[in-house]
Order: sequence, then structure tokens, then C-alpha cells
Amino acid sequence: MSDRLLESAPDEEAAGSRTGLGIRLTDVSKTYPGGSAPAVDGFTMDIPAGELVVFVGPSGCGKTTTMKMINRIIEPTSGSITIGDEDVLTLDPVRLRRRVGYVIQQIGLFPHMTIAQNVGVVPQLLGWSAARTAERVDELLRTVALDPGVFAHRYPRQLSGGQQQRVGVARALAADPPVMLMDEPFGATDPITRERLQDEFLELQRRLRKTIVFVTHDFAEAVRLGDRIAVLGDRSRIVQYDTPRRVLAAPADDYVASFIGSTAALTGLGLVRVADAELGPASEAPDTAGVHPDTDLRTALDLLVSSCGERIAVRDGGRVVGSLGLAAIAAALAAHTSSNGGA
Amino acid sequence: MEAQPLDGTTLHGLDAYLLRRWDRILEQAAEHLVVVALSVGIAAAIGIAIGALVWNRPFPRSVSLGVAGVLITIPSLALLGLLIPVLGIGWTPTVVSLVLYALLPIVRNTVVGLREVPAAVMESALGMGYTRTQTLLRVQLPMAWPVIITGIRVSTQLIVGIATVAAYVSGPGLGNDIFQGLASLGSINALNRTFVATVCVVVLALLLDALFILIRRSTTPRGIRVRPAA
Ligand SMILES: Nc1ncnc2c1ncn2[C@@H]1O[C@H](COP(=O)(O)OP(=O)(O)OP(=O)(O)O)[C@@H](O)[C@H]1O
Ligand SMILES: [Mg+2]
Repeated sequence: MSDRLLESAPDEEAAGSRTGLGIRLTDVSKTYPGGSAPAVDGFTMDIPAGELVVFVGPSGCGKTTTMKMINRIIEPTSGSITIGDEDVLTLDPVRLRRRVGYVIQQIGLFPHMTIAQNVGVVPQLLGWSAARTAERVDELLRTVALDPGVFAHRYPRQLSGGQQQRVGVARALAADPPVMLMDEPFGATDPITRERLQDEFLELQRRLRKTIVFVTHDFAEAVRLGDRIAVLGDRSRIVQYDTPRRVLAAPADDYVASFIGSTAALTGLGLVRVADAELGPASEAPDTAGVHPDTDLRTALDLLVSSCGERIAVRDGGRVVGSLGLAAIAAALAAHTSSNGGA
Repeated sequence: MEAQPLDGTTLHGLDAYLLRRWDRILEQAAEHLVVVALSVGIAAAIGIAIGALVWNRPFPRSVSLGVAGVLITIPSLALLGLLIPVLGIGWTPTVVSLVLYALLPIVRNTVVGLREVPAAVMESALGMGYTRTQTLLRVQLPMAWPVIITGIRVSTQLIVGIATVAAYVSGPGLGNDIFQGLASLGSINALNRTFVATVCVVVLALLLDALFILIRRSTTPRGIRVRPAA
């Protein structure tokens, strides 16, 4: 497949959807006009194709600024940025942005356009036929779990916040961009909706394998979604850039540790599968509550606590393969943490 | 209206007057409507264009709003008089002066409307790859439209009244009857003449206002109407 950003996406029928292109930022700095110190100072990062990289860090550290330089919403003061093998700074910014999916925290749907028109904006700009656009809009609305028959002809204000955020994601995916930039896309929703959106999004990303830069200041979200996490400090300094497991198990310094905070143990549970814990005999499993071996331990713990029993059943396709108790969960977490500690 | 039998300064014989002169009244009302519509149309084209050019440039913006603000304060009689040496008399100076008066509300509302588009919407337009012009035409103007049309409506109200002064430069419209009546106070039907023309101006203003409410309602995109559409 081509690694040139501005080439139009191949026909869906022929090649399936387009997976990601790698992004490389080299010594990128940004000083805002009138600002004395740079907001981003010598930022260098390699983002592998098809990975989801999460920028986390305290408010004002420069996450948004760094991300927006990739599609040139903000022009870097110096440095170089490439997507695939193309130098972003030499491309026409308008054409560049049509090939980079973009989701902002405030969603920013166009209120005077229907949901279908909103999602069709970029395909239309790229000159797709009306029929192809309509087909794509339908497909995308279904992808983000919105029934086109119900929602296509509604207006943004007739949707809930969570539904609008899905439309925002669908709109960014519309022209099948190899690269997506997402600035706290699930920020404006309640925790439950947020978790559901995250799950759906992860599912989607498993299929699409876009290269995604995702900004959040919610560390739990970073751990859930990221293939890698970049913990940023002041002026977008990279304090640690690693997989969620390793960031959790071996924080680079006290700053990262404090950022992870007390959520570490619980969040870490989300990374271990039930199958990796030492399961008890199937004979001790209750016939009620049960989980699949691929479920994460955090979900299993939730179920265990809410079932009020000593153990829960582990079932694979209806067959009980074992039972899981609190001690096994704790042991698995300890083993997981120490095994990553040395890495 | 209870008319006292004092010739020429009362509305005595209004019914007979109307019966005799309705064709002339209608003709003047039609002229009045045409000159107002023409002027508002031209002013809308110019005003929206100016607004679109200056909305995000502080200095040109203050200059254009300032100039339009000064224009509107010039007494209409004086402006028409000043235009005679340049444009002569009749329709031309009338339309030109009405356009000048109509500009301020239109420019101001265009600027306000374009600036009111939320920053998040502007940023996502940029992020989707709209050019500046596309953002203006496909996002900002449609979203600002209810505010702009309100500016046009205010301008219309303003110049329906001012247009009567056109009669001083032999312009068209109901001003002719109003001023001829006033000039001949004391003679028979003088007050009838002024009165009927004035009522016509008011009725015209009300009708146009109603029309604009309809236009606003039917041209505002459904997604941004004030009352939820569903
Ligand atoms: N348009 C601007 N002009 C001047 N300074 C700015 C501008 N935008 C951001 N900054 C400054 O640059 C720094 C980084 O801002 P940025 O928005 O990138 O932070 P962030 O990490 O995204 O924060 P948050 O989590 O609050 O969104 C801040 O100190 C901010 O005040
Ligand atoms: Mg930010």
C-alpha cells in the first residue's frame, strides 16, 4: 500500500480501508507570538504506523499544541514533521488536513448541517460522488453505533453529548485518513458513556489500525487506549514514552509515579487477562457469575465484588474452565508488576 | 376619525378622496416599495460583502462600522441635497442615499454574525480542510444568516420612512403626496392627501416587517432555528 499521504485512498472494494502511516516529529518547537518561553521545546518522537499513542500530562504542558502542529492548525516555529515519507511542512495545509482525521474536545459539529452532511464534509471536499459519499456516511454511522435511519437526517443539537462525540469520530474517519488526531475526544461525557465510547473506539481501532495521536489528561484513559503512552512534562518535554504496562510498572521518575497515583494498581488490573491468573478448580465455580478467559482482571474483580461470592466462574464457550478468587487476582497483579519492573 | 367641518385642515371627505385617487395612491405605494426593495437589495449585497471582508480585521472593521455609523447620522434632506450636484434628481440620488442609510445595520449584523460562530466550529472547519472562502460560504454565512437577515430587516424599516424624503429631489414614492399635501395645507383634500400617504407608509413598513419574519423563518437552516425543529 502507498505510504504517500496525499494519494487518494484506494477503492474500498479493492483494498479495504487504509491503515496508518508513521509520524515522525524531529526537534519541533513552538513559541507563541508574544510568549517568552516556548510552549513546545525541541520535541522529538517516532510514532509507529498503526499505533495509538496517548499524550498525557498536566494542563498547559503543551499536549494540544504539539498535536495541532501535525496537521498545521498551529505552525511550528522550527523542526520537521513527516507523515509516511512526506514532509508535512512542505505540503499545502488545506490538502494535508483533508487527509488527517481531526477530532476536537468541543466536538465542533456544524450545527446547520445534518449528521449525514457533517460526516460527509471531507468526502465532499475531496470530490467524491454523492452516491459514494452517502454510502460511506451510512457505513460510518453504523460503525460508531448510530442507526443511519434514525440519525442521518437529524441535526447536531438533537443528539446527546455522547452521540455527538461519535459523530465527531465518524466525521474524522470519513475519508479513511491514515492518520488521526484526537484531542480529548471523550472529554465532555459522563464516566459511563465515556467508558462505552472508549470500548467502542478500541474495537474500531483494532480493525482499522490507523496511526492515532490521542490527547488526554486522564491517565486511566491513556492506559486503556494507548499502545504507547507519552507522559509529557512542562513545555512538552517527554518524561516517559513507553507501553502502558511499562509506564505503570516502572515509572521513569517521581513525576510519572505521582501522575499515575493511586489508580496504578486498579489500572494495572485492566492489563492482565483472567487466563493469566492462577485459576482454581472448576468444581469450585458457582453456576451464576462468570467471565471469559480473555476478560481483564479489573472487570473480573468488579464482577466478583458485585456477586458477593467467594469466587466467580471462568467459562469458555459455555464450558467452565476454572474459578477465580480474590487471592488469585492479587497474586496475578503482583506477578505482572514485578515481571515488568525489570524491563 | 371624527372630522370637524374645517376645510383643508381636516380629514373631511376622506372616503370620497380615496375613491377618486386610489389609483394614484397605489402607484406611489408601488414606487415606494420598489425603491425600498431596490435599495435594500443593493445595500445587502454591498453590506454583506463589506462585513465578510472586515469581520476578522480589527482596523478595517472599526473604519467601516465608523463610516457607516456617520452616514446614518447625516440628515436625509441634507444628504439628498448634497447628492444633487453629482447625481442630479430623481431615482438615482434617492437609491444612492437610501443604500447609504441601509448599510450600517447590515454591515454591523454581518460582522456580529460572522464573529459569533463558535471557535470550536471554526477550528473544526479548518481541521476538515475547508479553505477560508469555503469556511465563510459554507459555515459562517449560513450560521450567521438569521442575524444578517435581521440587520436587513432593520435597514428596511429605517429606509421605508426615509424614502419619503425622496420627493424633495423629484424621487419616487409616497413622499410626493405627503409633501404636496403639507405644502397646500388649507386647500381642499390637502390633509387627506398627507394622511392617506402616511398611513400607506406605515402599512408598507408593517407588511415588509411581516415579510421579513417569514423570510427569516423559511431561510434559516433547520438545525439552527431557535425553536427545536423536532
Ligand atoms: N494561542 C495561544 N497563544 C499563546 N499561548 C498559548 C496559546 N495556546 C496555548 N498557549 C500556551 O501554551 C502552553 C501549552 O498549551 P496547550 O494548549 O498545548 O496545553 P495542553 O497540554 O493541551 O493543556 P490542557 O490539558 O489544559 O488542554 C500553555 O502554557 C498555554 O498557555
Ligand atoms: Mg489541550
